[in-house]
Amino acid sequence: MRKALLVAAVLSVMAIPALAADVGLIKVSKGNVQIERNGAKVAAPVGASVQASDVIMTGADGSAGITFTDNSLVSVGPNTVFAIDKYRFDSTTHAGEFEGSLKKGRLAAISGKMVKASPESMKIRTPSAIMGVRGTEFVVQVDEEKK
Amino acid sequence: MNLFAVFLLAVLVASFWRAPEKAPELFAVLPARDGHVGAIVVRGPGSEKVINEAYASVSINGSTQTNGSLSQAQVREMFGSTIEALPGSPASFTLYFLEGKDELTPESRSELDNVFSELKRRPLPDIVVIGHTDTVGSLEFNDKLSLARAERMREMLISLGLPAERIQAAGRGKRELLIQTEENVSEPRNRRVEISVR
Repeated sequence: MRKALLVAAVLSVMAIPALAADVGLIKVSKGNVQIERNGAKVAAPVGASVQASDVIMTGADGSAGITFTDNSLVSVGPNTVFAIDKYRFDSTTHAGEFEGSLKKGRLAAISGKMVKASPESMKIRTPSAIMGVRGTEFVVQVDEEKK
Repeated sequence: MNLFAVFLLAVLVASFWRAPEKAPELFAVLPARDGHVGAIVVRGPGSEKVINEAYASVSINGSTQTNGSLSQAQVREMFGSTIEALPGSPASFTLYFLEGKDELTPESRSELDNVFSELKRRPLPDIVVIGHTDTVGSLEFNDKLSLARAERMREMLISLGLPAERIQAAGRGKRELLIQTEENVSEPRNRRVEISVR
């Protein structure tokens, strides 16, 4: 029993590097949806993985929904640019940090476990403000015509 | 008195209408699917605003921050396709374990089939298995035991045919008791795994 536990613990530690890169998953993808990663743009169909520092971009007909590892749900509407600046979540302690930037467009979100454990661990930046999330469901819009 | 009421109404209407139309940036709180209303804090140019009512909003235009409120129709018009793209809310199932072991109770073992068919119904399941323990033993022992329970459940789901790369396992030890107890209390309802699917 002890040995089995030790093996399980070692295996789980070994498994972390492989999983760490993926912080979320595209669950809904309509119209033109792309992910910019390391300077390259790729299409983001349902099932595509989302990583910290990805930028999600949609066209005029696009919208996308993402589930994150702490159960946060985030969706973006048409003509949107949303950058994931930081994401980290510890599934044992529920400690974490989620910082995103809405450069333009529309975003809706339902916060997950990390916000429940520590309010305002999720933050959304816009060109002129920072929003701290204390709970659950909210929407943000950044108008493109802003000068 | 009447005039004052009209004035008040005019001010209210003005604040309701202006916010969504002119503001380049807008933040609003929506009621959750279960009716719960949360809160957000907007730190903008020179001030901080807390919004904690359903459909309440803050808009920022240059250096001006304005409190307002959206109608449900405005939310639909502005955010309809965005909200529609929110992924479905997660579902979760709980199965129970024998004391001190990573073996399911006989009742839970026979329930596993139902859970499995529920999980299989989702086209692209994102499954997280979280193990828990009762308060018998040290924090460290229970962290390991809870992880062993989760890993064991993960293996069972894989052997039943769910894709391995879609299932993650984690242990919470005795940090999240279902039934609050003192230390060193054997409590069957705390010896469990929660299987959540998104």
